[in-house]
Parts: sequence; structure tokens; C-alpha cells
Amino acid sequence: MADAALKQQVEELIAANPVLLFMKGTPEMPRCGFSMRVVQVLGTMDVEYGAVDVLPALQPLREVTTEISDWQTFPQLYVNGELLGGADIVEEMFDSGELAEALGVSL
Amino acid sequence: MIEAALPGAVVEVVDETGSGDHLRATVAAPQFAGLSRIDQHRLVKAAVRERFDDGAVHALSVKTELPGS
Repeated sequence: MADAALKQQVEELIAANPVLLFMKGTPEMPRCGFSMRVVQVLGTMDVEYGAVDVLPALQPLREVTTEISDWQTFPQLYVNGELLGGADIVEEMFDSGELAEALGVSL
Repeated sequence: MIEAALPGAVVEVVDETGSGDHLRATVAAPQFAGLSRIDQHRLVKAAVRERFDDGAVHALSVKTELPGS
């Protein structure tokens, strides 16, 4: 059972940020290769995004995202309130052009 | 394991580090038809969750596709 206050906080963050990345570390200093890959992809696109470092509360946040979006691993990229995916999906969608479409940017 | 959960699936697993706990799986399954990528991945992750829970696998990269694509 996820922490109710934390869950609400996460839901508010997702609602407030059209593009939001939950990652290990920060965009300036990713602490995980998968998170770094998503940061690099987003860096090539002309898009502003919010970033949340999950490391300070990894397990509680894992419980929250499991309830919200049935996804346990980080990074997680949310676009317009929906989980788009982790590093594999983000890269695949970047390569196919679907990511630019989802983000509403032109390359 | 994935094939048992998704009958008819064609699964290819690569051991990325040689240690057996960092795997890359390419899965083509008829069950993926009509699903978004995230839902396709959810099916695969659900099939292997046990191996994560017992610590046998630490990292799994997944690529999903429709059979014959």
C-alpha cells in the first residue's frame, strides 16, 4: 500500500507538468544509465520538462507508481498525465518519430 | 517464462553481461495487437516479475513487436 500523501503529491506533479521525468539523479547528473539515456533523448528535443530525483525515496515512490501506472522501474516519462514509458520505449519512440509527435514538437 | 504467459510469442533473450542477470528480450506476440507500447511492455514485465522478485534478474531491456513485422 503506497503512502497516501506521497501518492497525492506525485499525482499533483504529474498533473502540473505536461512533460515529467521520474529519474535516478538529476538531468545535470544522472545516476543511472537508463535515466541518462532518457535525459539525452529529451535534450535533443526542444521541450521543457520537469524532473524528479527518485533516489531519496526510491521504495515509497516505486509503490506509488505501481498503483498509479502499474510500472515499477525508473526512469518513467509522463506526457500529459500518462505514462509514456521507460528508457526502452522512449528511445524506440524517438527513433520512430512518435516521441516528437507525443511531445508536440518538430525535429 | 514469457512464452508460457503469452502463448504463441516468439522470444529472443540476450544475456548482455554474461552474468545472466542483465537481459535484453525481444518479444513478438499476437497478444500485442491493438495495444500501446506501454501495455505491451506491461504484459512482458508481468510475465517475468517473479524472476525480479526472487533476485535472479536485475535488469531487463524489452523490445516488443507484432509477429511477422
